[in-house]
Amino acid sequence: MNELITSIATYTFLQNAIIAGILASIVCGITGTFVVVKKITFISGGIAHAVLGGVGIAYYLEMPPIIGAFVFAILSAIIIGLVKLKANQHENTVISALWAMGMAVGVIFMYLTPGYSADLLSYLFGNILMVSSTNLYILAGLNVFIILIVLILYRQFVAITYDEEQARLRGLPVNFLYILLLCIIALTIVVLIQIVGIILVIALLSLPAAIAGLYTRTLHAMIFSAIGLGMVLTLSGIAISFSANIPTGATIIILCGLVYLIAINLTRFIYKKKAL
Amino acid sequence: MKNNAAEPIIAFRGVDFSYNGELVLENISIEIDRNDFVAILGPNGAGKTTLIKLLLGFLKPGKGTISILGQRPAKARKAIGYVPQYSIFDKDYPIHVIDIVKMNTLTANSLFPSYKKEVTVKAFSLLQKLEIQNLAYRNFHELSGGQKQRALIARALINEPEILLLDEPTASVDATMEKDIYDTLKMLNESTTILLITHDVGFVSAYVNKICCLNRFASMHSVEELTGKSLFDIYSESSKFLQHHCNL
Repeated sequence: MNELITSIATYTFLQNAIIAGILASIVCGITGTFVVVKKITFISGGIAHAVLGGVGIAYYLEMPPIIGAFVFAILSAIIIGLVKLKANQHENTVISALWAMGMAVGVIFMYLTPGYSADLLSYLFGNILMVSSTNLYILAGLNVFIILIVLILYRQFVAITYDEEQARLRGLPVNFLYILLLCIIALTIVVLIQIVGIILVIALLSLPAAIAGLYTRTLHAMIFSAIGLGMVLTLSGIAISFSANIPTGATIIILCGLVYLIAINLTRFIYKKKAL
Repeated sequence: MKNNAAEPIIAFRGVDFSYNGELVLENISIEIDRNDFVAILGPNGAGKTTLIKLLLGFLKPGKGTISILGQRPAKARKAIGYVPQYSIFDKDYPIHVIDIVKMNTLTANSLFPSYKKEVTVKAFSLLQKLEIQNLAYRNFHELSGGQKQRALIARALINEPEILLLDEPTASVDATMEKDIYDTLKMLNESTTILLITHDVGFVSAYVNKICCLNRFASMHSVEELTGKSLFDIYSESSKFLQHHCNL
């Protein structure tokens, strides 16, 4: 433990990792809560995986990969949103297709890019210890943006995620809000990919909120709870992975998964006891 | 709104509606007057859901016209308090009963998380009116079926609608609760036109003044011929009457 504290004080990369972890937990708690209550993890998975296409193209064009990730995340959010709103059938098929095609585009462009890109693996599995100071500023900016949008439109998002039909009757711009929500999910995914990578991002997005949902009674309590849980889980993951010298993203996800499984069984146990 | 008291509050004139070429509603012509309490009865697949969607302006008739307070349904939405079946709500969604009521005051301009104090006060007084004020800060899914129904009625009432439209309000509640809900609606009927849709003959005929039988076609019946009898007689006789007339 002492060793860890000295390391944090010494190494900038560890400080960056901790700041990135905290920033990620905040957006994760906010967005993840909406993903969980609206039950759109599959859609979020589609957006996350399509992002690889953007990363690949950015590499090929020698642009910062985060820009490619950003563009593709927003594009796939809009396309998936429109598909969901317009096509009643085949929605899952279309999302699966986008999911796989995004990844395929990424693989092809990375192949076409001269030289070996070691960063591919860090995009797939994340590498929080490689977060640069520039990326931290981008993450902080995205945080501020997401918090502001959700704060301003909070009641509207609650309305469309709870009862879409009633929201339409009230004359709320349901379609616009839905696509905006997907764009916020997309931005969150860009933030989280820095930490855990494309493949593991859905777990980090949904698990803290899902755990919080087991014991909270209002949406805002669920959000704050998910943020707190996310911070504890992410920071513990960083500490454990650093001490044990194992990959950070995977450690964080295993922690989230374990806590979720324990929480679910604990809740069942408590409810059973109450029922007796 | 421009509406003469003598004019019907809701009028269907020769309305047809079809899904994928199949006629679900055919030549519907019905009129509902102000302060009517109407039950629309029909078996499953009779077009009840379609009728609701037409009334709310989510669907447009293939033929004929629908006018609500002299306007097209989509324009008259503000005048209708819609009470859906509570089973459509996700039981995992963490939300307090009072928040569901307040949510129905939102407009596209409602920004930032908090509601005005008068909205909260009004929502609370409606829960009081429906005798569930002690449940205001409970989770919606912890309520019983009858309590959920009351909460949703409170939600509809917060906009002071002229018409209350209920979809199967007594589905999956027991007989006592059913009577309770109808008593509540009867009380609300003093100031509101009530339209409820059900496949359940039950007690409803003892409370309403008009019954509309729906089975692709619609026919309106008055229940006046049944008055002057005990509740039990009304119940059993009207059940037979309805079963006969509506092919239930």
